[in-house]
Amino acid sequence: MPVIDLMSGFVVELRRAGLPVSLTENLDAMEAVKVIPIEDREAFKYALGATLVKNSSHWRVFETIFEVYFSLRGSQYNIVDPSEDQADEFWRDEQDDAQLGKGEGKGAGGGGLEALTPEELANMLMRALMQGDQAMMRALARQSVARFAGMEPGRPVGGTYYLYRTLRNLDLDNMLAKLLEANKASTQRESTSLEQRLAKDEYEMRIEQFKKEVEAEIRRRLVADRGAEAMAKTLRKPLPEDVEFMHASREEMQSLKKALFPLTRKLAARLARKRRHGRKGPLDFRNTVRHSLSYGGVPAEPKFKYPRPAKPELMVVADISGSVAAFARFTLMLVYAIQSQFSKVRSFVFIDGIDEVTKHFRATEDIQEAIHKVNTEADVVWVDGHSDYGHAFEVFWERYGKDINPKTTVLLLGDARNNYHASQSWVVKEMRKHARHVYWLNPEPRSYWNTGDSIVGEYGGNTDGVYECRNLRQLEGFVEKLV
Amino acid sequence: MMSSAFTTVAQVRDGLKKINYLADDGIAGVVYLAQRLGKPVLIEGPAGTGKTQLAKSVAELTGARLIRLQCYEGLDESKALYEWNYKKQLLRIQADKKSDSWSEVHDDIFSDEFLLTRPLLEAISAPDPVVLLIDEVDRVEVETEALLLEVLSEYQVSIPELGTITAKQIPMVFLTSNNTRELSEALKRRCLYLHVDYPDMEREKEIVLAKVPDISANLADQSARIVRSIRQLDLKKAPSVSETLDWARTLILLGVDHIDAQQAKETLHVLLKYQTDIAKAAKELSVDE
Ligand SMILES: Nc1ncnc2c1ncn2[C@@H]1O[C@H](COP(=O)(O)OP(=O)(O)OP(=O)(O)O)[C@@H](O)[C@H]1O
Ligand SMILES: [Mg+2]
Repeated sequence: MPVIDLMSGFVVELRRAGLPVSLTENLDAMEAVKVIPIEDREAFKYALGATLVKNSSHWRVFETIFEVYFSLRGSQYNIVDPSEDQADEFWRDEQDDAQLGKGEGKGAGGGGLEALTPEELANMLMRALMQGDQAMMRALARQSVARFAGMEPGRPVGGTYYLYRTLRNLDLDNMLAKLLEANKASTQRESTSLEQRLAKDEYEMRIEQFKKEVEAEIRRRLVADRGAEAMAKTLRKPLPEDVEFMHASREEMQSLKKALFPLTRKLAARLARKRRHGRKGPLDFRNTVRHSLSYGGVPAEPKFKYPRPAKPELMVVADISGSVAAFARFTLMLVYAIQSQFSKVRSFVFIDGIDEVTKHFRATEDIQEAIHKVNTEADVVWVDGHSDYGHAFEVFWERYGKDINPKTTVLLLGDARNNYHASQSWVVKEMRKHARHVYWLNPEPRSYWNTGDSIVGEYGGNTDGVYECRNLRQLEGFVEKLV
Repeated sequence: MMSSAFTTVAQVRDGLKKINYLADDGIAGVVYLAQRLGKPVLIEGPAGTGKTQLAKSVAELTGARLIRLQCYEGLDESKALYEWNYKKQLLRIQADKKSDSWSEVHDDIFSDEFLLTRPLLEAISAPDPVVLLIDEVDRVEVETEALLLEVLSEYQVSIPELGTITAKQIPMVFLTSNNTRELSEALKRRCLYLHVDYPDMEREKEIVLAKVPDISANLADQSARIVRSIRQLDLKKAPSVSETLDWARTLILLGVDHIDAQQAKETLHVLLKYQTDIAKAAKELSVDE
């Protein structure tokens, strides 16, 4: 299929994944593929990306889809018969060397690659990793998939399963240790800890790269078997801003964290701008007259009053038990990243007991570190470490209730799954009486609210609003409104 | 003078390398595409990763004149596009009070002679090849952004008193952004988008070799490796390429040829700006694992 024909399916998939590709951009992409040959793969990918992806946090999603749609393109990416593979040659060379060196016959079985034991293949891999031989690593990745993944056409098994099987056969888990060991043995003098550290980083990166090659090969074979469209569908992942806090995988957490920083920076800049240029007030008569003196009494430059609304004081009260912990963490990070927008921020975390954690954020500029302290040091377990909103709120009211005043905005964070304990929702009512605003942020989908042991309605009725905050997009939206 | 038109991506990459700009396939691919399609490039990415330098280097490579519009908050049409030189106009009116009719004076004072050409107009009206760099575009207000968009869509400027000035050639345009604010969808749609991230270790090493005179291959390699390791930490602000370069220069001044943990620690402040980051990196680099 010519490249141009692949394009329409490709763009459709990008849109399905949530990328906002406009008509103009689509046309630009069509022009782009005419002037850059697909053989220049990286340049081709970036050129396509330059026309279709205008937000760097969407790049990962783009890359995955690109791999699926274009992985079978370009001569060097054909699926080859493993026996013709470069690895064969490498292996024969190795055998020859062994023969010359030791004068022994061909090694185990001697029948080429099929006869290799997994250990022997792992040894070859280790050498390739040691030398950082990219071509060899790629060849071995393909070889390993062909041998170990056990892929059968039409089998409805996901790529992760094949990846696992392949890597296990290569004993990749122990590879790093083995490489470091070998590295140590090969250097004459004792290497310094810094050198060791750098060597470790280098090997880790190579192993990671090898894993990527294996993954890519598996994906290529799956695409060949199932077709690009079906494959893209199985691989479809949400954009970082749409990842659900409550169900984020480790990897998604990483991408969320990455997306959070630029987001907070933009948010802070936007808010600061708003503050500066925000609403022109009524004419400031005095000031205008005062300025008119420099124009010989002509009021040439009218001056306005800029009402500067007082910054709110914020109290964040967050459930940090298991399923909602990630949500609490991101909200705290976001709030502290823009804390200059508030006159004061205090934070409290609870499970069935409650503890103030403001001091951890004061002690360091490093929000990550503070969050870590919160997770490890906060005293939040009272009886059994299962969420008890009622008890936590009661204690909160007793200890800190008096600090709530008409300048305070209180944010209550959690799914309000109270394990059937008493709600003590009177506390929330009292809060609202004394505070400027009380809001509840719930990371659960709205359709789950008030089902099972969720009593968000009971609390929510006593607040100024309950907001669904399942992902970064919604959280950001709320925070902007708040300030 | 389109003799400098590129015919392949490799040509861009190699050409830039000759003048000491190390581009990866992505950067070279987008620059090539920009010239082929005649579209502006919006470059985003962390500070100090060579965004501004790319525009300068492309100008050098193509033998074009670089015209730079440095953006800031409050930049407006009169500083970006053009402005009438009031003082001069006033003087002219005063001088000829008696002799000329008003219409003559009017035609006269609204002519080229009294026009102050600002970067955008200069780029549009240039007779020679130019590269227009609109640096740090995220700093301007939305209204000014709209003005930029207009110019970049039409490649023409209309001056009520003079008429419309249309570009004789479409200049290469680079806009850089530090991402402090979301740019308008319309502007993004108009541009090719290039995210310039920190370079990988090999490329950073080459940048160091190209930019730091007298550095040994060994020291360049080591510093690039250490920087890579440091960037993997969870930092407030990761070291940029310019900081890597500063660091390498510092090491040379100190006569270091092989970095040990102690020297690395003592010079970390050149690489990192925050105390907490320095402490984190110092701790990390000294652990035995
Ligand atoms: N790929 C590269 N090749 C050669 N030099 C580079 C490269 N990348 C960065 N540099 C050097 O790093 C320094 C910083 O680059 P530059 O000022 O262009 O960064 P920037 O991305 O525009 O930063 P900022 O966002 O702060 O404006 C310059 O001295 C530049 O020459
Ligand atoms: Mg710059």
